[in-house]
Amino acid sequence: MRTFIAAVVCVAAMLTDQRTSWGEQPRAILMSMVYPLQLATETPARLLDWSQDSTRSRADLARENARLKRERLLADARLQQLNAISAENERLRAMLDARPRVGNDVRVAQILSVDNDPFRHRIVINKGADDGVFQRQALVDATGVVGQVVDVGKLNANVMLISDPGHAIQVEVVRNGLRTVAFGAGEFDRLEIRFLPNNADIQVGDLLVTTSLGGDYPAGYPVGEIISVEQRPRQAFAQVVASPAAALTRMREVLLLTPDTPADGTTDGG
Amino acid sequence: MAVKRERFWPGVLALILALALSAQPLPDWAQVWRPDWIALVMIYLAIHSPRQFILGSALLVGLLLDALYGTPLGQYALSLIICCYPALKLHLRLMLVPIWQTTLSAVLFTALYQFMLFWCNGATGNDPGAASYLAPLLSNAIVWPLVLAALDRLRLGPRTKS
Repeated sequence: MRTFIAAVVCVAAMLTDQRTSWGEQPRAILMSMVYPLQLATETPARLLDWSQDSTRSRADLARENARLKRERLLADARLQQLNAISAENERLRAMLDARPRVGNDVRVAQILSVDNDPFRHRIVINKGADDGVFQRQALVDATGVVGQVVDVGKLNANVMLISDPGHAIQVEVVRNGLRTVAFGAGEFDRLEIRFLPNNADIQVGDLLVTTSLGGDYPAGYPVGEIISVEQRPRQAFAQVVASPAAALTRMREVLLLTPDTPADGTTDGG
Repeated sequence: MAVKRERFWPGVLALILALALSAQPLPDWAQVWRPDWIALVMIYLAIHSPRQFILGSALLVGLLLDALYGTPLGQYALSLIICCYPALKLHLRLMLVPIWQTTLSAVLFTALYQFMLFWCNGATGNDPGAASYLAPLLSNAIVWPLVLAALDRLRLGPRTKS
C-alpha cells in the first residue's frame, strides 16, 4: 500500500515537472545536494590533469607557449579587422535608424562531468544561479554553439547539448539566408536538418549560424557545417546532415552568453 | 539474532558510494555497460535491512539521481521504488537462498527497474533507445556478488561469517 502511494506520488511529480515549472525549486535544492558528489567524482580526472601538467618537460611548455603566442597574434590581427568592421556596422545601422547591436557578455564555466545517460547529451557546469546562470541560457565554445542550460542549481547547472535528441535550434544558412531547424540526433558528430524540401538551395559545405528568431540563442554564432545532402524524390523532405562546429566531446570549458539586453536603455558591454 | 539495533550508517555510506559510482565519468563504450549501482545497493538493503525506511530512501535517492541525470523529477525514484518492492516482499526468502539465486532475482528486479526507466523515457517523450537497456543487466549479474560481499562486510564487520 505504501509502495503504491509512493509510486503515485512519483508519477504525479513527474507529470508536474514535465508540464509545469513548479519543479524548478526542488530541483535546484536537489542539484545543490549532488554538487559535492559531482566535484568528488571529478577529482581523479583533475588530479591526472594536474600531474600531467606538472611533469611536462620544459621543452614541451616552451613549444606550447610559442604556439599560443602565434595563435594570439593571428587572433589579434583578426580582431583588429573585426573592430573596424563592427564600427562600420554601427555607422550603417545608425543610418538605418536601427538599434546598435550589443556585444554579448560572456562568462567562463568549467565542465564537471559528461552525463552518464548514454541517450541524453547533457553536461554539468560549475556555475549556477549564484553566478547569474538562468534557464535557456546559451553556451558556446571557441568554435561554435554548444547548447543551452536546462536546469539551474545554486552552484551548478545542467546543459543540454545541441546533439541531444530532444534539442532543436533555429539556424540560417550563411550563403543565402535560408532558415531552417537543426535537430540533435543523439550522436556527437551529427545534426539533422529534417524539414527542408528536396528543391531547397543547400549544398555540402554550407555554414549554419544561429538566428535570433528562435529566441534562445543570440544571432550569428556558428552551429555547424553541412556534410551531406541527399535528395529523396519520393519523400517530402531531403535528408540533410550537418556536423556541429563546437568540439562537443573534447571541450573542458565553455562560455555562457548573456543575451542582447532588451531595448530598455540598459546596455552593457559593446 | 536481532539483539542489537541495526546501525544505519553502512547503508548510507553504501548509497553515497553508489551515487558517486553512478556519476563517475566513463569512456563512451563503457557507458552502456554501467551497472545500476544504486538499484543493486537498494535491493541489498531491502533484503537485508528491510526495516530501515527502504521506500523513503528509495524515494530520496531516486530524486537525487533525477537531479544528477536531469531527468523529470520522479523518474528514477519511481523506478527504484518499483524495483525495491518485490525485494522487500520476498526478503525473508531471499536472505536464505544460495548466491546464484539472489543473483538471478537481483537481475530480475533490475530488469524491472530498467523497464520502468524505459517506460518513463517513452512516456515523457524522450527517445528510448531500446537495446542498450539490456546491457546493464549483464553487468549487474557480474557485480551483484561483489556488492553482496562488500555490503555484508560493511554491515556485519570483517569477522562475522554469514
